[in-house]
Amino acid sequence: MQQPGFFELMSFGEGGWGPVMVMGALVTVILAICGFTIGAVFGAFAAWAKIAGNRTLRVTADVYTTVLRGIPDLLVIYLFYFGGSAFLTWVGRLFGSDGFIGLPGFAAGALAIGITSGAQHTEVFRGAYRAVAAGEIEAAIATGMPRTTRFRRIIAPLVLRHALPGLGNVWQIVLKESALVSVTGVVELLRQAQVGAGSTRHPFEFYLAAAMLYLVITSISSATFRSAETYFNRGVRRG
Amino acid sequence: MDFAFFWEALLTLLPGVPKTLQLAFLSTGLGAIIALFLAMMRLSGIKPLDWFARAYLFVFRGSPLLVQIFLIYYGLSQFPEVRNSIFWPLLRDPFWCAIIALTLNTAAYGSEVIRGGLLSVPHGQVEAAKACGMSGFRLFRRIILPLAIRQGLPAYGTELILMVKATSLASIITIMEITGLAARLVSETYLVIEVFVVAGAIYLAINFILTRLVQGLEYRLTPHLRERPDAGIVMPTRETAGERA
Repeated sequence: MQQPGFFELMSFGEGGWGPVMVMGALVTVILAICGFTIGAVFGAFAAWAKIAGNRTLRVTADVYTTVLRGIPDLLVIYLFYFGGSAFLTWVGRLFGSDGFIGLPGFAAGALAIGITSGAQHTEVFRGAYRAVAAGEIEAAIATGMPRTTRFRRIIAPLVLRHALPGLGNVWQIVLKESALVSVTGVVELLRQAQVGAGSTRHPFEFYLAAAMLYLVITSISSATFRSAETYFNRGVRRG
Repeated sequence: MDFAFFWEALLTLLPGVPKTLQLAFLSTGLGAIIALFLAMMRLSGIKPLDWFARAYLFVFRGSPLLVQIFLIYYGLSQFPEVRNSIFWPLLRDPFWCAIIALTLNTAAYGSEVIRGGLLSVPHGQVEAAKACGMSGFRLFRRIILPLAIRQGLPAYGTELILMVKATSLASIITIMEITGLAARLVSETYLVIEVFVVAGAIYLAINFILTRLVQGLEYRLTPHLRERPDAGIVMPTRETAGERA
């Protein structure tokens, strides 16, 4: 029998796996964006707790970042996937349902990625806040800006500018971490490659295609972050 | 929550620790050797070598580790040439496939750490060594490499911790290390939270100990940054320094 080649398998025509693989890549990107956003929210709160919180908040944030950076991401994903369903079933029982309620893999995965990347976001935001010159905040106080205006006009834009390179790194990590969510059965890029590999018995071609699509996504995103950095640093004089 | 079960879970998961450490140490060690070559390629100034190292970094840092593991474990076995080659006993074994994937992956990240370390070696030190008559390999072995290792050690410690965490992916290709045993225990007992709390605690303990070990090594390697133990030398205080000036 004639073995199909790489381009035949990945073609966009009749019987080709091209369209579903691209769909998988799209799901990967959406999953990563969800995880990254959740992580940014967690990170912003934890960074705030570390910078301006009282003792309890500081310790809580410290424990959060230490634990989440010390245990494998896969463990967190398993915990949310299996644990989330157990928790929902328990909550359901309180409300009189006696069936099993599953947490969808996508939600569990996005939440797990969000919470693990939140620990990295925390350090990025904290470092970026430290980089904001005290004089700029003083100047804002001197011109009479109230707290919220100061945050919105001065602190937030400056923190974002300083955080951008770090956020780019976190995004790349999140993107690669999203591949682990395939263990929960979410049909993202890697899971789609597994399905294709299983049904055609051509694992090499499918995993190679997946790797190439990941490389495309990471290249596009690093180019985007680079141009964003140039844009947001346009007012900064160098040298 | 069943507290007696925690002890039982701990006893079930602890046998996975040697496997996790084996995976982490073997691949980090082998990866460091490849990383050194990659860093030297990038600094060699020879265009094709530099390009090769850049391409290697792009591929291994730009795609997920799990894809690399699958490509090596499932992908390579597709070819009869591989199955008939002398490497088959290695590539058939999930453990060695995990080692290969982890090694190639950490080599990419480690090479940047080593490159940074090599670049940080002060020119004066190299000049001094040359003035003493050292050159070539001896200069590299005695002066550049030790200084680069000292400089890169903290960052390499971080890489080691990342590798310990990355070994958990080996459980997906059926290796029974800590995460593998935890997943099996969960499927047997359905006590999800208890099992994963114990597994997480084991990883935290391993990483805590490793961080301390690297810190200790760093302390040993930087005697010049420590305060001198003998108080015989009177350091100029602000007052005396001011008098002299």
